[in-house]
Amino acid sequence: MEKLINLTLKVWRQNGSKAKGRFETYKVNNVSTGSSFLEMLDMLNEQLVNEDKVPVAFDHDCREGICGTCSLYINGRPHGPDDDVTTCQLHMRKFTDGQTITIEPWRSTAFPVIYDLMVDRRAFDKIISAGGYVSVNTGGVPDANAIPIAKADADEAMDSASCIGCGACVAACKNGSAMLFVSAKVSQLAMLPQGRIEASRRAKAMVAKMDELGFGNCTNTGACEVECPKNISLSNIARLNREFLYAKFQD
Amino acid sequence: MSKINARIPEGPLAQKWTNYKDHQKLVNPSNKRKLDVIIIGTGLAGASAAAALGEMGFNVKNFCIQDSPRRAHSIAAQGGINAAKNYPNDGDSVFRLFYDTIKGGDYRSREGNVHRLAEVSNSIIDQCVAQGVPFAREYGGLLDNRSFGGAQVSRTFYAKGQTGQQLLLGAYQALMRQVNLGTVTMYTRTELVEIVLVDGKAHGIISRDLVTGELQRHFGHAVVLATGGYGNAFFLSTNAMGSNGSALVKAYQKGAMFANPCMAQIHPTCIPVHGESQSKLTLMSESLRNDGRIWVPKKKEDAEAIRSGKLKATQIAEENRDYYLERRYPAFGNLVPRDVASRAAKERCDAGYGVGATGLAVYLDFKSSIERLGQKTIEDRYGNLFQMYEKIVDENPYETPMMIYPAMHYTMGGIWVDYELQTTIPGLFAAGEANFSDHGANRLGASALMQGLADGYFVLPYTLQNYLADEIHTKRMTTNEPEFVDAERAVKERFAQLMGIKGKRTVDSLHKELGLVMWDFVGMGRNKKGLEDAIQKIAAIKKEFWTNVRIPGDQSGMNVELEKASRLADFIEIGDLMARDALNREESCGGHFREEYQTPEGEALRQDDKFAYVSCWEYKGEKQEPELHKEELIYETVKMVQRNYK
Ligand SMILES: Cc1cc2nc3c(=O)[nH]c(=O)nc-3n(C[C@H](O)[C@H](O)[C@H](O)COP(=O)(O)OP(=O)(O)OC[C@H]3O[C@@H](n4cnc5c(N)ncnc54)[C@H](O)[C@@H]3O)c2cc1C
Ligand code: SF4
Ligand code: FES
Repeated sequence: MEKLINLTLKVWRQNGSKAKGRFETYKVNNVSTGSSFLEMLDMLNEQLVNEDKVPVAFDHDCREGICGTCSLYINGRPHGPDDDVTTCQLHMRKFTDGQTITIEPWRSTAFPVIYDLMVDRRAFDKIISAGGYVSVNTGGVPDANAIPIAKADADEAMDSASCIGCGACVAACKNGSAMLFVSAKVSQLAMLPQGRIEASRRAKAMVAKMDELGFGNCTNTGACEVECPKNISLSNIARLNREFLYAKFQD
Repeated sequence: MSKINARIPEGPLAQKWTNYKDHQKLVNPSNKRKLDVIIIGTGLAGASAAAALGEMGFNVKNFCIQDSPRRAHSIAAQGGINAAKNYPNDGDSVFRLFYDTIKGGDYRSREGNVHRLAEVSNSIIDQCVAQGVPFAREYGGLLDNRSFGGAQVSRTFYAKGQTGQQLLLGAYQALMRQVNLGTVTMYTRTELVEIVLVDGKAHGIISRDLVTGELQRHFGHAVVLATGGYGNAFFLSTNAMGSNGSALVKAYQKGAMFANPCMAQIHPTCIPVHGESQSKLTLMSESLRNDGRIWVPKKKEDAEAIRSGKLKATQIAEENRDYYLERRYPAFGNLVPRDVASRAAKERCDAGYGVGATGLAVYLDFKSSIERLGQKTIEDRYGNLFQMYEKIVDENPYETPMMIYPAMHYTMGGIWVDYELQTTIPGLFAAGEANFSDHGANRLGASALMQGLADGYFVLPYTLQNYLADEIHTKRMTTNEPEFVDAERAVKERFAQLMGIKGKRTVDSLHKELGLVMWDFVGMGRNKKGLEDAIQKIAAIKKEFWTNVRIPGDQSGMNVELEKASRLADFIEIGDLMARDALNREESCGGHFREEYQTPEGEALRQDDKFAYVSCWEYKGEKQEPELHKEELIYETVKMVQRNYK
C-alpha cells in the first residue's frame, strides 16, 4: 500500500558551467511512495518557487524510461537504487521514511555540468555523427523483404539497439569510458546485413571519435553493464573489439 | 477567392501524387547549396525532413529543445507503424489503407492527402530497413506484422514495444550523417520563440538558447515547423514533459490558420492517475489490445467491493465479467478505434462499474492469451511494456489484469496546411503532428509514425523544393534587417513582461488548473453549456496567469520556470481555441463527442450536411475573437457513411 514519507535531500547546485558547485540540503515531506522520483523533485521545486527561490534544474522529458534524458546520480548510483530502470521510472517506494538522499549530476570529463544537475552529453551525438549509421540516402532502396534476416540476429540487433543514450555507463565507469554505448551501436549495425558492409570502418571511426572527446579507456570493470538501465550487455564490447581489431588488421 | 485553398492536384485520386511529382519545379544542384531551410523539431517529421533535405544538398539548420535530437518525443512511440505492404497476404492494399484512414478519421480528412500517405507508406518501411532499423521478424527471416485498432488486416510493423525509438534512431542517425557531411547544422537546447516574416513570407526565426538565455536570429528561405502536438494543454497526457504548442501559436499569431483545434485523441489504454503529484500519464500501447481483453465486473456490488479493496480482479468468475467491447462491437471487439474504446470505458465507469481505488479504471486482461499462447510469447511481444507497468504500479500484469483508463494522447488538429504542407503563410510549412493534415477527427493507431516519416522523407523533399525553386533569386539576408530586429525586440518585451509579474502562483499550479478545465469540459464528453463555461474559465486562468504567475531567477542564463511559463501562456491560447472549435462543431465525429449529438446507442452522430468541413481559425489580435474559415471536404471516391464497427 502507498504511504507518505518525509525525506532530507542533499542536492548538487551549480549556477552555470563555470560556477563552483555545492550541496544544498532540503526537506520534502508527505511524499507518496506511489510517486516517481522526479515527481518528488517536482514537489521540491514547487516548494522552492513558493519560497521565491530558484528551483533545481534537472534533465527529463518522456518520464517513461525511453528518451534517455533523465540522468541523476542518486545515493552513489546512476539512476538510483532500483535495477533496470532510469531515474524517471524510479519510484519512491524504494525509499524509507526519514531517509537522506544525495542527488548529483553525472560526473565525467566528457560530460561537463552545465547547470545544477544537468550535464552536456553532446559528445554522444558527435560519436554517432562519426559513423553510427548506414550510409544510405532517402529513396531508391530495395524492398524491405528483399534480404531475409534470421530472427535471432534481428532480435539480438534489437537488444543492442535499445540503448537510450543516457550516459549512465559513462557515469558508472571509473575511467569514464563510453565503450558500452559505442559498442551497442556498432553491434546492432554489424549484426544486420544492411550495416555489415561498413562495420569495420564504423567501429574505427566511432572509437577514434570517442578517444578524441576525452572518454577514458575500457578496462573491463563491468560497472557499465550493472548500471545500464536497458541491460545492454558486455558482449557488445567484445564484438566491438573484434570489429576494431579486424579494421586494424585491414589497414 | 477564399483564403483557404488546399491546392489538391487534378486527376484521378490514385494519380494525383504522381502527377504532382511529374510537374513540380526542381532546383539544380549548385543552387541547392545557396538555399537555407530552417527545420524546427527533430522528431520523426523534423529529423527525416532535415536528413532528406540535407542529402539533397540544401543548407539545413535544425533545432530542438532537448539536449540531443535523438530525444524528441517520437522516441516514446511504442506500438508500431502502418504500411500497405500486404506481406501477410490478408487483402491489404494502398486503397484499403487509404479507406481505413478516411473511415477511422470519421470522414473529416482530405482524400488527396490521405491517399498520398497510403501510397508512400511502403517506401517508409523499405527506407527504415535500409537504415538498419531492427523490425520484428518471423522465423523465415521476413518482416512480422501485427494488427491495430480500426483495421481488419495486419499491417503494423514493429520493433518490440519500442517502434518509435527505433524509427527515430534511424532518422537521427541519417541526420547525424548529414551533420558530419556539413549539410545540416544542429542547434540543441534551443527553442523557437518567434517566426520572422519579410514581405509576408516566412524568412527566419528568433530562437532562445536555453542554457545561456541568449536570443539568436536565423535566416531561412523557408521554415518548417515539426514541433509535435499540443496535448499537454491538458497538463496530464501521454506526451513528454517538454512537448508543447508554442511554435504553432507563434505561427497562428503571425497569420497561419489553426485547423480543427478541437480534434484531440483520448487514448483508451493508459495507466490511471494515482494522485495529486502526478506529472504525466503513461501509455500502455494499443498493441496490447491484440492479446488483452478489456472488462469490468458485470455486477455493481463486485465493482464496489473491488474499489474498497475487499475483492480482487482474479476473484471475479468468468461469467461475472462484462467484456463490454466484445459485447457491443462483435466485429472488431477489443480492436475498435481509440475514440470508441475510450468512450466505452468512460460510459462503464460513469455508470458505476469502474475499478481501482478511484473507480476510474477498467481491466485489460491477458489471462486467456497467456493460456492460449504461453507466457513466453506474451513476454516476447510486450515484455518491456509489462515491465514498465510493474515498475509504476507495483503489480505483476502476468498475474493480475492491468488497470487502464483513457488519457489525452494525440492532437489531430494543428496548423492548417495545403497539399504541399504549406501553411497560409508562404514559405512556412508544417509537418508531423504539428499539422492537421491526414487524420481527420480521429487517428488510427500506428498512423502517426507513418505520417511523420511520410511528411519528412517523401513529401517535403518534393513540395518544399517546388517552393524553393522560386526562391533562388532571394539573396541570403543578414539578420540585421528591421524585421529581425523588431521580432527580437518583441520577444524581449514578452519575456520581460513575464518576469515582471512577480506574482504568487507557480507555473505548474496554473497549468494543472487549466488541465482540469480541459479534461472536464473539453475532454471525452463535450456539450454546449460546458464549453461555454470552459471558455470563461480559461479566460479567468489567463488573467490569473498574466497577473499572478511567479518566475524566480532572471531572463539571462538558464531559467526552466521561464521556459515553462512561456509555453503555458501559449497552452492557454490553445485551450481557448480548442473550446471554441468544439463549441462551433455541433456534431459528434471521431474524438470530438458532443453529447447532444449521438445515436440512441450512444454512438457519434455526424452532421455531414453542416459540418463536412475543416475549421480554420484566423487570429485577429489579442482583443478580438478569432475568425472561422471553412475548407469544404469534397469526397469524390469514398462515400460518407456512419462508421460501423459492430
Ligand atoms: C506514448 C506515446 C506512444 C505513441 N505510440 C505511437 C505508435 O505506436 N504509433 C504511432 O503511429 N504513433 C504513436 N504515437 C504518436 C507519435 O509518437 C507522435 O504523433 C509522433 O511521434 C510525433 O512526431 P513529430 O515529429 O511530429 O513530433 P515530436 O516527436 O513531438 O517532435 C517534436 C520536436 O520539436 C521540438 N520542438 C518543440 N517545440 C519546439 C520549439 N518551440 N523550438 C524548437 N524545437 C521545438 C522538440 O524538441 C522535438 O524535437 C505515440 C505517442 C505517444 C505520446
Ligand atoms: S549503454 Fe546503457 S547506460 Fe550506456 S547510454 Fe546506453 S542505455 Fe545508457
Ligand atoms: S525522462 Fe526519458 S528516460 Fe527518463
